[in-house]
Amino acid sequence: MAKHLLEVRDLSVEFHTAAGTVQAVQNVSWHLDRGETLAILGESGSGKSVSASAVMNLIDMPPGRITNGQILLNGQDMLAMGAEQRRRINGAKIAMIFQDPLAHLNPVYSVGWQIAEMVTTHGGSRGRARARALELLRRVGIPEPEAAMFRYPHQFSGGQRQRLMIAMALACKPDILIADEPTTALDVTVQAQVLELLEELQAETGMGILIITHDLGVVAEIADRVVVMNGGRIVETGRAAEVYANPQNAYTRKLIDAAPGKGAMPEERDRSDQPLLRAEGLEKHYGAFHALKGVDLTIMPGETVAVVGESGSGKSTLARAILRLDDPDAGKVLYRGNDLMTMPPRELFGLRRDLQMVFQDPTQSLNPRMTVFQLISEAWVIHRDILPRARWKDRVAELLTKVGLRPEHAARYPHQFSGGQRQRIAIARALAMEPKLIVCDEAVSALDVSIQAQVIQLLDGLRREFGLSYLFIAHDLPVVRDFADRVVVMRQGRVVEEGPVRRIFESPRDPYTQALLAASLDPDPAVQAARRIAREALETIPA
Amino acid sequence: MQSFIGKRALASAVSLVGLVILVFFLSRLTGDPTNLYLPLDATTEMREQFRELHGFNDPLVVQFGRYVGDLVRGDFGDSIRQARPAMEVVLQAFGWTLRLAVITMTLVAIAAVVIGSLAAFRVGGIFDRIATFFSLIGASAPDFWIAIVAIVVFAVNLHWLPTSGTGTALHWVLPVAVLFIRPFGLILQVVRGSMISVLSSAYVKTARAKGVRARPIIFVHALRNAMLPVITVIGDQAAAILNGAVVIETIFGFPGIGKLMIDSILLRDFSVVLAAIMVSALAIFVMNLLIDLAYAALDPRIRY
Repeated sequence: MAKHLLEVRDLSVEFHTAAGTVQAVQNVSWHLDRGETLAILGESGSGKSVSASAVMNLIDMPPGRITNGQILLNGQDMLAMGAEQRRRINGAKIAMIFQDPLAHLNPVYSVGWQIAEMVTTHGGSRGRARARALELLRRVGIPEPEAAMFRYPHQFSGGQRQRLMIAMALACKPDILIADEPTTALDVTVQAQVLELLEELQAETGMGILIITHDLGVVAEIADRVVVMNGGRIVETGRAAEVYANPQNAYTRKLIDAAPGKGAMPEERDRSDQPLLRAEGLEKHYGAFHALKGVDLTIMPGETVAVVGESGSGKSTLARAILRLDDPDAGKVLYRGNDLMTMPPRELFGLRRDLQMVFQDPTQSLNPRMTVFQLISEAWVIHRDILPRARWKDRVAELLTKVGLRPEHAARYPHQFSGGQRQRIAIARALAMEPKLIVCDEAVSALDVSIQAQVIQLLDGLRREFGLSYLFIAHDLPVVRDFADRVVVMRQGRVVEEGPVRRIFESPRDPYTQALLAASLDPDPAVQAARRIAREALETIPA
Repeated sequence: MQSFIGKRALASAVSLVGLVILVFFLSRLTGDPTNLYLPLDATTEMREQFRELHGFNDPLVVQFGRYVGDLVRGDFGDSIRQARPAMEVVLQAFGWTLRLAVITMTLVAIAAVVIGSLAAFRVGGIFDRIATFFSLIGASAPDFWIAIVAIVVFAVNLHWLPTSGTGTALHWVLPVAVLFIRPFGLILQVVRGSMISVLSSAYVKTARAKGVRARPIIFVHALRNAMLPVITVIGDQAAAILNGAVVIETIFGFPGIGKLMIDSILLRDFSVVLAAIMVSALAIFVMNLLIDLAYAALDPRIRY
């Protein structure tokens, strides 16, 4: 049998917790060769990161225990090596980058020092380490590399921080780079740049890349082969294009079907009625930062308006300004013709129940010390006229059923639910007010793809049933394409383009909208390959 | 940075003025010191003369006005008991206490940080258990009792160390050792807790993935991040000693500011009490400023 660069054979890992023993992965086998990119695809809890952690010796033992298997680096079993031998491999032969580069860079040391440390740790001199760090900062495209050496992680943008992580990982010219969700926290255009950088570096060095992801789009863009994991086991493996075109396993099929961005887009609707909500000329400053620069927005009854944009575009500020969670500096928000900005507090209080919000992270937006019943019925404590106390219990049960939970869940606490279930509780809480408009701020971004699809379906069903309107703040274009009637594209506090969803996706006019769409990743490797060719063609045209 | 220090100084000056007013009037409420200083058989004329000399016959407001007027000229009044400038008396005592605090807290900081870090590295290991056991005893033991037992054992029975006073280096051993115990136990717990959370942080995982050795992971990557809460507690404990380790100074007959303050309050030596309070307030202000500057030095995200 030919020797692979890195091979994991029949690996089983278990964790001993207070609740009992958990099988994290069972009999997992995969291999990686020089110059190729392997993706491990899975949702949260699938065990997709566990084998990589085992390779890097990052599993704490106890509570973790490797019960079975081998990890072969160039044919040598790493699990049979001593701790010191393993340490010498980390960084020198196999390097790793992580999802959240801000948390994974040490906040109190300069980035130049942190990159150089990789070299000195593995025996390089200080002078050589510094020269190498500078060379790498230049290579990964950090502006003003000499000055950047002495800056700290918090002084860089998200995309630059991931470039710094990559520079650090490549300092000792490793044979293998493990990337654990490297672009999940990044904006789409930045994601495309980082993936491109990884591909270029791979072409230069011939290293093997193992990428761990939940995103079919990332697999389509970068992977040669893919391993699909579910519940700690490998359910399918093969060439990325073949797996997508012809999935053999039921779970893989479900995952591919759940990927957003494939449904039919709605027809343009008549917008001649009185709008439900209309914002005019909204302005907001945070100190010297001009977050909103005169934003207009109209939402019709029963309509879903999506606001898309990258971080810092002002989309969340807009949502908060409309609800008067953060008062704007100037502008009007007309709700059925009445200006929320000049309305007396008593009247505004009455209107609050019409305008509800669902936040991105249900773990933070649900009070952990309140039961589901208390969370949902709190609305009726505040707005006493909605429902007499005698009917609360039945109504909570009804709302829970409506969002796909069970009435007996009312007695439980938020931590007893999964992420998707928690977001359903947050939606039930919003519905308890019988609102007319729900503002969803990245409400599905933190959820797994299959859960995301279910929550979107739920929101869509509720819209039909109650005639709700949504203001849907999102950075994920395929989700917007499936769910929205209208799209508002924001950049640096301004609306750069606005229109019906079909028009925006099929013939975007603004160059920024075009760039956003071009950077967004399609789950189909064939589509992604075609886009890449188109992108490269664009780049070779002289300006 | 300079404007930060300036603002802090101004805010502290305002509270210092309030403190002086409060202490001045409250201490006069304790009564007339005349009878404490003159012999029992002193005549009424002698008592009257004493009051006249120290200005105790004037209305309180006049006394206060005179005190403030002297303060502005840099005169903190005289000690009745020692018949010399109050500030001179206070600074002499403060010098002793400052030395005691610096020696004790330096030893505490080094021992607690090193032992706490190592304990955090293997939580639940033998070293951690021993360290935690002794730190809990130290943090909860009554120091006056330890002081007395230590005198009985090491000075009275074994004759290894002097019982009290100052003079030789040996005189420092018992006060420093007894003062060491409680802050050591407390700070070790803070270091351990802070290190445990930092060692499970993402950037420590990165360092492990880089192949960094265990010792630099603990003392370079983790420790600097873990020091922020520790510095606050070290400052707190140092301030407590500077404010006068009253019990310990009294038991060991140590001529520090805590002992001076107690003696002066009992003898209604008002000028000394006021000067001592101003000096310790200033020391606390400088201490807090040093803590803030240490924060900025350790963490580049903090800038003033």
